[in-house]
Amino acid sequence: MSSLQTLSMTATPSAGVPDLSRVPCVDAVGIEERCSRFQTRSIKKESKVAGLKHVLSMIDLTTLEGQDTPGKVRQLCYKAQHLHDALPRIPHVAAVCVYPTLVRVAHKELEGSGIKVASVATAFPSGQASKKVKITDTKFAVSEGADEVDMVISRGEFHRGEYTYVFDEIAEVKQACGAAHLKVILETGELSTLDNVRRASVLAMHAGADFIKTSTGKIEPAATLQVALVMLQAIRDFYYETGRMVGMKPAGGISRAKLALHYLVMLRETLGQQWMTPRWYRFGASRLANDVLMQIVKEQTGRYQSLDYFSKD
Amino acid sequence: MILKTYKLYIGGKFPRTESGRYDILKTSRGAAVANICRGSRKDFREAVVAARSAAEKWGAASAFLRGQILYRMAEMLQGRASQFVQELELQGFTLRAASRNTEASIDRLVYYAGWADKFQQMFSSVNPVSSSHFNFSMCEPTGVVAVLAPGEGGLLGLVSCLAPVIVGGNTCTLLASQSTPLTAITFAEVLHGSDLPAGVVNILTGRRDELLEPFSTHMDVNAIVYCGSDSKERQETRFNAAGNVKRTVCRHLRDWYSPDAQSPYMIADTQEIKTTWHPIDT
Repeated sequence: MSSLQTLSMTATPSAGVPDLSRVPCVDAVGIEERCSRFQTRSIKKESKVAGLKHVLSMIDLTTLEGQDTPGKVRQLCYKAQHLHDALPRIPHVAAVCVYPTLVRVAHKELEGSGIKVASVATAFPSGQASKKVKITDTKFAVSEGADEVDMVISRGEFHRGEYTYVFDEIAEVKQACGAAHLKVILETGELSTLDNVRRASVLAMHAGADFIKTSTGKIEPAATLQVALVMLQAIRDFYYETGRMVGMKPAGGISRAKLALHYLVMLRETLGQQWMTPRWYRFGASRLANDVLMQIVKEQTGRYQSLDYFSKD
Repeated sequence: MILKTYKLYIGGKFPRTESGRYDILKTSRGAAVANICRGSRKDFREAVVAARSAAEKWGAASAFLRGQILYRMAEMLQGRASQFVQELELQGFTLRAASRNTEASIDRLVYYAGWADKFQQMFSSVNPVSSSHFNFSMCEPTGVVAVLAPGEGGLLGLVSCLAPVIVGGNTCTLLASQSTPLTAITFAEVLHGSDLPAGVVNILTGRRDELLEPFSTHMDVNAIVYCGSDSKERQETRFNAAGNVKRTVCRHLRDWYSPDAQSPYMIADTQEIKTTWHPIDT
């Protein structure tokens, strides 16, 4: 860690910082075209139900509000374990995602359930804090029992071209995480172009990210099929280059089951079967779970469902 | 002549049916009049989503405002009366019957516009109770209402079923009569230009035998108004509606011009009575 810190203060780039000028340009028209194709796949009946259950198992059930209380988090943890008790044989969600101060509550509630506790850290959502504060924030979350840490990158520094700074910050947070998994939020809504998304993805992966994540959910636009595809392509090329698998988490604005299935189709057709597990793919969402459940019940009963009959989270 | 395609009215927009299916409406002599969308259960699903998202705001709008908007609908309808007369003729009405039907539809909208801020007083009450409570009951809109418009009655039949539902603060998804779909969709164009918020009224065309099931089974529909006399359909509607205990109203009128065809009780049909117990000092 100390060597990284020293290096970041000098003009020469830290070891391992990728040369972003060599990152391929994104063909925006091609991305649009490809994304529109994913949305035309027709997935019906058994395959749809299987896909929907897959989506459920990949959800990071999220509450990131200033008004969150331990009670709210306990309720969310209960929901995570009992999505809809009237439905037999459905998977539980992958994780519950909360602020660091509420990690302890979630950790206690979820003990032994197989559901992970994820925590945002590093001055979420703006990321405008000193590196020291961010590291402390991360260490606090991990010490409280977080299995996964979702950090935000410093978009301001990225736009200034201070790639080394962003790289070092990610690497240091990764170190602070210890055994916890690190998801790096690029906040693509603030990156302006798909080329920037691609560059930020490459930077984060080289810096040691276990997952790359689209958005905080606090900025519009949040996740879109287009940015997700660019990030998946970056993950694929990184895998070819280094042999290391990196996970992906689209987050924010995915509230419909149908859209989630489009994302799964994209995942399958870009990265393949290997990535089709909660270990490598997550949805960051709060409203998605209920819509997926409604679709599963609809398939079972043939009746269109109402939110009135599903628990609020 | 181009055969006009009459589209659906969902969430303040005029989309084609997602199913891509069309029926051709013909005159009694067999001449093609127009392409009519054969709406599907998925169109209905979209319409219910639109109605649900409009429900909260419309239900909370002041009675006065709802009355104003219904009155505006009547005004807009009057402005296009000649088109409705013409379309009713195409659908088998005589000129005289078509004119009468259109005029009565305008009157009916004005009638219900007037009731907007008055029905509440009729159906609400302060109740005597033998404890120290101030106890009162009042009407609240039921929510999303599915309406199967009457097969006969032309525009008047449709308006007579629609107006009492929305004036009470409900939103609705309506299946137009198979025999008069033209005036139903042209009426949607009137609604579109009359300050009625998007999604409050959604109008589908299509076949009743296909759509009765989703209309009556949908869990997010709070009430269903069935117009017609087919006892098998009525039974199916009641049976399916029990799935989420929908308020079910079955209506059959031979004569939509009769005094019985308009009444504040028709507004009350899709209202819920909420009773409040308010503790007081004795």
